[in-house]
Amino acid sequence: MNKLLLIAGGSTLVYGGIAILMGVLPGITLSQTPAGPGVKPLTAIEAEGRAVYVANGCSYCHTQQVRPLSQDKVFGRPSAPGDFAYQTPELLGSERTGPDLTNVGARQPSPVWQYIHLYNPRAVVPASIMPSFSWMFDVVDKAPAGVTPVPLPKAYAPAHGVVVPKREAQALLAYLLSLKQAPLPTAQAAAAPSGQPMAATGKPAHAPAVAAAPAGSAYDAAKGEQLFSANCSACHQATGEGVPEAFPPLKGNAAVNDADPTQHIRTVLYGLENVVVGGVKYESPMPEFGSMLSDDDIANIIDYERSSWGNHGKPVTAQQVAAERAKGK
Amino acid sequence: MEMATAHPSSAARRDDQALARVFSAYTICSVAWLLFATFIGIVLAYKFGAPDFGSGAWLTFGRLRPIHTNATFYGWASIALVGLAYYIAVRSCRTTLYSTRLAWVGLWLFNLAAIAGTIALDLGYSAGDLEYREWPWPIRLIFLAALGVTAWNLVATVARRTTDDIYLSNWYTMGGVLWTCIIAIVAILPWYQYGLGQVSVSGFYMHNAVGMWFTPLALGMFYYALPKLLNRPIYSYALGVFAFWTNLVFYPIIGAHHFLFSPLPWWLQTTAIVFSVAMLVPVLGGSANFLLTMRGRFGELRHSYPLAFILVGVIGYLVGSTQGTVEAFRSLQAVWHLTNFTVGHSHLTMYGFVTFAIWGGVYALLPAATDKYPGQIGLALHFWPALVGSFIYVISLSIGGTIQGLDWVRELPFIQSVVDMQPFYVWRGVGGSLMFLSHFAFAWNVWRMTFGHSARPMALVAAAEEAA
Repeated sequence: MNKLLLIAGGSTLVYGGIAILMGVLPGITLSQTPAGPGVKPLTAIEAEGRAVYVANGCSYCHTQQVRPLSQDKVFGRPSAPGDFAYQTPELLGSERTGPDLTNVGARQPSPVWQYIHLYNPRAVVPASIMPSFSWMFDVVDKAPAGVTPVPLPKAYAPAHGVVVPKREAQALLAYLLSLKQAPLPTAQAAAAPSGQPMAATGKPAHAPAVAAAPAGSAYDAAKGEQLFSANCSACHQATGEGVPEAFPPLKGNAAVNDADPTQHIRTVLYGLENVVVGGVKYESPMPEFGSMLSDDDIANIIDYERSSWGNHGKPVTAQQVAAERAKGK
Repeated sequence: MEMATAHPSSAARRDDQALARVFSAYTICSVAWLLFATFIGIVLAYKFGAPDFGSGAWLTFGRLRPIHTNATFYGWASIALVGLAYYIAVRSCRTTLYSTRLAWVGLWLFNLAAIAGTIALDLGYSAGDLEYREWPWPIRLIFLAALGVTAWNLVATVARRTTDDIYLSNWYTMGGVLWTCIIAIVAILPWYQYGLGQVSVSGFYMHNAVGMWFTPLALGMFYYALPKLLNRPIYSYALGVFAFWTNLVFYPIIGAHHFLFSPLPWWLQTTAIVFSVAMLVPVLGGSANFLLTMRGRFGELRHSYPLAFILVGVIGYLVGSTQGTVEAFRSLQAVWHLTNFTVGHSHLTMYGFVTFAIWGGVYALLPAATDKYPGQIGLALHFWPALVGSFIYVISLSIGGTIQGLDWVRELPFIQSVVDMQPFYVWRGVGGSLMFLSHFAFAWNVWRMTFGHSARPMALVAAAEEAA
């Protein structure tokens, strides 16, 4: 009996002790992490959307943790402990089959894009392997008053009727758009969150320091295409043709071909809403890229757009972008 | 088997038959879960190439994915390992099962939990992306009850042993069940699981549910089945005891390595990395012990599939665990974390180690309980596709995952990593299909070892100790 007590009882006691030290105590301490500045609880519909996100296992492919690594800076600033105060159940995730969603509400704020993408991701991202969530939408003959049908490209639209979001999709959209990182106070942003060293790469991973952008580098076509693909093609498409009634074309776009690049530069820097292009009104907002991209990157994107798909706008320089940025919104 | 010949009394025969029925029932249930879980795995693999296949709430990827993992963990591996643990406890303690009825109750509870959990997840009732504890908490309570019943029955069986010593296998199996009761309780209680607190508990849980449950039960089985098959004692009993205690102390500390570079405190992450390296001690000690027990007898692999399954399991343990240590380094984690490399790693360990170990144990011990044997062809049809399939699976995802991680490091547009994974997803599907097909051969073999027509009795290891 003594042997049994030692082996079964003793090891269980040891294990219980370690479980308290490594599981319970960190849990207790970290559960009390206060919310970071600007981190707010979810509204009722956002919380409902989060439940839809959980029920359908979105987090098996999408993380919600930005690491202090330079490859993660496209997803936002590094996650800080205070970001998770209202995140139960936690949705950090363990796989990135699709992109991180920590800051997707800022990166992709267009409800129209989100709805099209949820209905069928391939309608806006041809290479996507995300499932279609079409069951969260109704197909009706005519949209009820006050509801805008989802403007799907023809190839993805149902043969008859129009597509309108159900409650689930509306809630999910509200949650996705709520995913915006609260800016860190600058002093804290320069240091890493929770005193973490700034990762193995040694490069600072927070949003690029605008002022430090090397001025005057020449247009780099490969870089321009890459930046366009990462930041712009989800809406304007790799063909530059946009999505009819949803996102305006850049191909043949007046502002893109205008010899005066001011409007083009300002649109990329500060975003745009309710714009009329070629006689069509586009309601979905374009996000601002000024806080995410350097002058150099923006100049590369603009030059790529001005020289692709038969466009022939006059190229711009990083200095011109800097000048518009200096003027402010 | 020896018991039956040693004490041919009718009471002893009745006990043997009861034990054989329990062992058979656990194994048969586990086979059903294996077929189900891997079928779901195949559907999931297919969706990577055909994302519009099976689109609808009940077949969507995010619901099937936790169904696949939980059914594998709590349906297949848990039930099969508990069946083996009961048989090993009774035989190595030269006693009878404390309670046959409790064993049956446990089996019902395990199955009930897995069925209810599967249905709940498919209906969208999920506790969140808390890996391996997605089932809603009332269902996890059923699983905890199953564990409790099993712990009670197993410890009480060892308590009534007729041997003086407690054979090492039972250290691992009893420990595994008792520790997992603690893990399950820690995972359910909600008071310290808010926000970041829950992240730290997730790290603790997801690693311990694997390493303090499947690992000790599978290792316990090795310590019994290998000497049985080879008819020679384990190479070093002391080394086995040493590995037991080091595993106990090091393993529970490394969970946070699943959240490297996360906002968890840096000290927690660093401690996890340090102990991930320390895990080399029990892993190398344990593997060396098994391989040295087999020393000079590798030729017998030609005749003995049970031995071949166990050898693959031992190597899977060695390679998978060592890979885990290497993956925990920050420099490598910066590339591999969040990629498909991790999926390859989890299949190398749960399949190459745990699943092969279970198969070896079942083929080595179930015939001894039922006196019925699988055929050589059935064994070959199981072994080779499973082995080749898992190689294809793990290698393709390891290469693909590395490319995926390097795409990110090079800061290419994200969609490039999705495009670059496509050929590797196809190869994963090919490997997975072979693995899935081999499970039908396993089901056929289990049928022959239980209710079906037995093959000719075979010596488990041909010419066992003729040379010795």
